[in-house]
Amino acid sequence: MTALSTETSLAKRAAGIPFILKKASLSALVALVLFSLMIGIRTEAGPDGQLTYWTRFGELASLVGLVFGGSIVIELLRQWIGPTGAENLVPAPVQRGLSFLGRYLAPVLLIFTILLPVIFYDQRYILDLAILVLTYVMLGWGLNVVVGLAGLLDLGYVAFYAVGAYSYALLATNFGWSFWICLPLAGILAAFWGVLLGFPVLRLRGDYLAIVTLAFGEIIRLVIINWQSLTGGPNGVSGIPRPTLFGIPLDNSDDGLAAKLGIEYSPTHRIVFLFYLILALALLTNWVTIRLRRLPIGRAWEALREDEVACRALGINTTTTKLTAFATGAMFGGFAGAFFATRQGFISPESFTFQESALVLAIVVLGGMGSQLGVALAALAMIGGFELFRGLEHYRMLVFGMAMVLIMIWRPRGLIGHRAPTVYLRKAQAISSDLVKEGHG
Amino acid sequence: MDYFAQQLINGLVLGSIYGLIAIGYTMVYGIVGMINFAHGDIFMIGGFIALITFLILISFGLTAVPLILLIVLLVSMAITALYGWTVERIAYRPLRHSFRLAPMLSAIGMSFVLTNYSQVAQGARVKPIPPLITGGHTLHESADGFVIQLSNIQIVVVITTVVLLAIFTWLVSRTRLGRDMRACEQDQTMAALLGVDVDRTISMTFVIGAALAAVAGLMYLLYYGLVDFFMGFVAGIKAFTAAVLGGIGSLPGAMLGGLAIGLIETFWSAYFSVEYKDVAAFSILIVVLIFLPTGLLGRPEVEKV
Repeated sequence: MTALSTETSLAKRAAGIPFILKKASLSALVALVLFSLMIGIRTEAGPDGQLTYWTRFGELASLVGLVFGGSIVIELLRQWIGPTGAENLVPAPVQRGLSFLGRYLAPVLLIFTILLPVIFYDQRYILDLAILVLTYVMLGWGLNVVVGLAGLLDLGYVAFYAVGAYSYALLATNFGWSFWICLPLAGILAAFWGVLLGFPVLRLRGDYLAIVTLAFGEIIRLVIINWQSLTGGPNGVSGIPRPTLFGIPLDNSDDGLAAKLGIEYSPTHRIVFLFYLILALALLTNWVTIRLRRLPIGRAWEALREDEVACRALGINTTTTKLTAFATGAMFGGFAGAFFATRQGFISPESFTFQESALVLAIVVLGGMGSQLGVALAALAMIGGFELFRGLEHYRMLVFGMAMVLIMIWRPRGLIGHRAPTVYLRKAQAISSDLVKEGHG
Repeated sequence: MDYFAQQLINGLVLGSIYGLIAIGYTMVYGIVGMINFAHGDIFMIGGFIALITFLILISFGLTAVPLILLIVLLVSMAITALYGWTVERIAYRPLRHSFRLAPMLSAIGMSFVLTNYSQVAQGARVKPIPPLITGGHTLHESADGFVIQLSNIQIVVVITTVVLLAIFTWLVSRTRLGRDMRACEQDQTMAALLGVDVDRTISMTFVIGAALAAVAGLMYLLYYGLVDFFMGFVAGIKAFTAAVLGGIGSLPGAMLGGLAIGLIETFWSAYFSVEYKDVAAFSILIVVLIFLPTGLLGRPEVEKV
């Protein structure tokens, strides 16, 4: 048996180059057929509505060549690296490294984040980007409660973000309520919608749950678009008031913060204030999640993710457990939405498409589903990566989609693919996420 | 009454298109147990390829409409089937034994790739074509002048659907491939032990599903006279709703669900409001999953501990 397998592997290695070439040619042929019409021919509606077309054989040829070269490289890499075995227990050096990183990376990152406005005070672009990243960190941490802890796959998370944003926008523009009154209200309303979604989907599991939450997200978006008298429809809501520092506006007026402190007014004050606001909100999310994980409810979430039937057998009320997970996650989504509305000053349904849900979910999965630090790093990587492709508007989502596929193939368990146990007998032995169930709930 | 009859016809035609897409969802779910999120975009790609083939054929001076239709049908089925095969090969096969979420996320990524690929390749504008099949028949004219129309294109859509369904049913129930597919659906390990090439069978499932989606794309193009890069998303969710409504994994169920969704959407638009027709379709998905999780013709799932 061993002799046979050595023989075949030898034969394989001997047939290396022709094998690789054959495989690459096949890929190139497939690519040629795939791209022949879609890339080789370009259609466009002319001025009188008549469709015209022209050929782009140059692009077609270069793409096919790219596929040919790319598949040779991939095949060579595959032979070079060789097959990899699965490891369930994280080896000790890696684990020490990870715990070292976990112990020091998070505080260092936190201190850096807190000092960021001081360091980059003059660079508006970096501050804006940092606010965006923090918004997604917060959304990721919020969704992490639902997906990472309770194991409920939610593809409509953006619905709660939208509910939060519209709650604040409508309450503030119609009634003139301040941000600090509306923020909890937005969270409560979003949590209410979370429970509303949670009730019907209690019995659903896995993929069905995913598709229903997706449908729910789309319903919310369509209602926002079509309920024009309330939400302004596709035109959105504009003139959303800026947040105040407990009643003191951050503008250039006489009773503004700058005037009160006797310093010169600068528009950066507001940006810095927004930065610390979202940082505080994100840290609140993180803190609440970490605390909740130690409460019975948090343990029930993780137990639910591992095995729902066993949960029920042990007397855990799965109904309330699922509903609280939905409500908690939705509430943080609502907070983030309210912040988004006050930062933008203008919201429209376009900001709440399925792509946003997928992006947040990708952040959670890339972050390793359940790891708080992982989610933060994943948000930084994703949003930062998105920024890199800002110039290439159409290619951005293309690259994002490809990245999603590649990450799933390469590291389906995310960047930080290990779990530190919440409860342990003698020693906290981290395990690979391969051992963690992803829940059926 | 006449208005009702007209809407019934329109709804059945729309439902045929949804049904063709739904078959792809239900087959893949039956065998691999995953929602092929990119299937709606495969349908869109099918529509685009049909459009481009049309343009080329017309510019070559071909005028015989049946011949054009046949060539377009075959070309778009072939190329779209290859798209289905490639998507499975790249994005799903490496993840066959990964954790359950992975193929789903990979499929969502693939859906983004396909949507934006056709946007980059063919531009974001809506692509209209001149009507290829014109004319129709007046079935009935009421006293107040309301006419029930059955256009030729509607006849073509329904006949094509019925013929393809017949071929497809024969394929699944009578051929070796169909037997392999049913075997893989029940137990992949056992099927492999008995000499079924599971990988090949799964690939073929994707190929057939994509070919049917291509037909749906062509029908959509003929019926509405346009394609755009974003049409796959909503059509995909509705077709998935149809598959769930009919009972996922059941082929006649998918067609039945497709017809039901088509009818519901058409009647909703006709009697209530056009704006909320998608909301109606999505709400049906939620309601069906809550009260009838196995669908109309599906088998109940047994929970094993």
